[in-house]
Amino acid sequence: MTAPPQRAPIPRRLPRPSVADHAISLGWHLASILVALSVAGLLVAITGSEPTTVVRTMIEGSIGSRASIVATLNHAAPILLVAAGTVIAAKAGLLNIGQEGQIIFGGMFAVAVGLSLDLPKPLLIPMMLLAAALGGGLWAGIAAVLRFWRGVNEVIGTLLLSFVAFQAVSYAVNQPWLLQEDVAEGSGLSASPQSNALPEAAHLPTLLTGPGYRLHLGIVIAVVIALVSAFLVMRTKWGLELTVVGLNDRAARRIGLSPILIGATALTLSGAFAGVAGGVLLGGTAFRVNSGFSSNYGWEGLLVGLIARSNPLSVIPFAFLYGALRAGGGVLASTGVSASIVGVVQALIVLAVALPSYFLRRRNARVATSRMEVAST
Amino acid sequence: MIDDISLIAESAVRLAATLLFAALGELVAERAGTLNISIEGMMLSSAFGAVYASHLTGSAYLGFLLGMAVAVLVAAIQANLAHRIQINQFVLGIVVNLLVIGTTSFLWSEIDITPERFPMWRVPGLASIPVVGDALFHQRAPFFLIYLAIPLVWWILERSRWGLELQAVGENPQAADVSGIDVLRRRRQAIYFCGAMAGIAGSYLSIGLIGTFTPEMTALRGFIAIAAVIFGGWVVWRVVSGTLLFGGVEALRVSLPALGFTINAQLLIVAPYLVTLIAMAFFARRNRPPKALGKPFERGIA
Repeated sequence: MTAPPQRAPIPRRLPRPSVADHAISLGWHLASILVALSVAGLLVAITGSEPTTVVRTMIEGSIGSRASIVATLNHAAPILLVAAGTVIAAKAGLLNIGQEGQIIFGGMFAVAVGLSLDLPKPLLIPMMLLAAALGGGLWAGIAAVLRFWRGVNEVIGTLLLSFVAFQAVSYAVNQPWLLQEDVAEGSGLSASPQSNALPEAAHLPTLLTGPGYRLHLGIVIAVVIALVSAFLVMRTKWGLELTVVGLNDRAARRIGLSPILIGATALTLSGAFAGVAGGVLLGGTAFRVNSGFSSNYGWEGLLVGLIARSNPLSVIPFAFLYGALRAGGGVLASTGVSASIVGVVQALIVLAVALPSYFLRRRNARVATSRMEVAST
Repeated sequence: MIDDISLIAESAVRLAATLLFAALGELVAERAGTLNISIEGMMLSSAFGAVYASHLTGSAYLGFLLGMAVAVLVAAIQANLAHRIQINQFVLGIVVNLLVIGTTSFLWSEIDITPERFPMWRVPGLASIPVVGDALFHQRAPFFLIYLAIPLVWWILERSRWGLELQAVGENPQAADVSGIDVLRRRRQAIYFCGAMAGIAGSYLSIGLIGTFTPEMTALRGFIAIAAVIFGGWVVWRVVSGTLLFGGVEALRVSLPALGFTINAQLLIVAPYLVTLIAMAFFARRNRPPKALGKPFERGIA
């Protein structure tokens, strides 16, 4: 009898990438983001505007003054919440792209609570945010049920449900018995398709205020939630289970996890995050719901979540960047350049971050092969 | 009454045609395994491209062709990034859509454009058939391509070798790969075809139906086309009837209030999406999607 061959000990950790690897990766990413920005600059230039003016205005409008920094932070809050939720679903291998609809349902639930409950601020705000989470979670939960009970692809499910949500809110703010605003009788005004404005007690607390700006608590709520969810995903057993399910759900089932339960929870939770984003949007800046309520925060947050992909912490800097782009875009109109260019930049950055990882993967594969060849000679 | 029906039929078919071109393209892409959500962007890009090119060339026909070319260019981005260097196709689709929305809205607001428009064509004799005559034979020029497109796509998918290989690639890419079909290449080709069809849809919409461009003018029609493909269970004739149904719903929404009926506009707008969700959830056996739909292909990974 021969002794079984000695196995090499299994390494406790995967080898960490070296400093040089990080530097190369960073270089690639910076270079490709620069290319993306140049493409947008080129677009501005060929339509006869001055790219440098655009850049200067954007910087001025996003970090140039106290008011513009506040605008950036207020925009970043819902974007960050949506992005953090996107990452949770992505960890479990699910792509939620219906955040626009989940924001709407969050906003509708929150406005219903904010208008009907007569509570002091410290009680009312948490209740509203809870209702918002419930609304967003419910809307994503439907997609989760369709996905895990009937096998409907969650990408299509969440997307179609968000189109349903657009019409649902449009219906609700056109029906007096639902959310449409009340008009004082005999005033001669007709009710607009929007909800009543929230009472002061339902506004998010002000952190900083001045002429033309008001920083609300939203960004603090968003950063705290993003940090907590990053901790949960990266450092807890639940986060590990999510990751296992996301990487290989058959393997997950073999080790006794329930991919259905874990996946459905993740998808619902990511909807709840978007719902809270709707609540923050409502209590922070919008104060009422109308058919354009979500105003692209869902898409922008989704883009940030897609950039971050597997790293839940990196949503924070990118959410600030996208908030800044949005704030800068808001003042672009004054220069006569259409703010649509901001959307182009936002989309290009996603590609600019996704492409280098492909080339880096190829490079790593090449390096590994050449090392093996060296070893075999 | 007959006039009303004829009017509604005409606008239903007119509105369905845009959906139809797009849905036929999407059908080919989906049978090859790509759930191509960037079709919305492809349509919008060609809608703008056709308007701009017709402005430059002074010809609606050249504008139409160049509009198609723009959509094929967008398809090239989707095809090569998703099925050459393997970026997630849905992520890419979202990015492409937002990129096209941003770019076209930006260019439209920065450039002065006066587009050309296609004339109405009327097939003598056939157009006089009561009720459906106007609907089927009195439309703007590109509309008449549907009589070519439907049989062509049917022939491609059901009778051609290329179509058979596409289906192999969409159903079981591993097996197709082993039998010598270049899976990623077939998928890219299917997306190019989808781009060309979406290009017809977008160009027809802008310089045919509407006569000009407006930002985000496709207004989710690309997604309704996707819904029609799912609703039609990936079968040509059922997809065609799906687009007719959804076009009809849109026609009702536009014309019923004018005829004095009160309807719930939101419910009619939402109908295609609801019907599709229900079809996906409860008629999954009848509506079986291609097995590898939406899944990336990497050799050796089952």
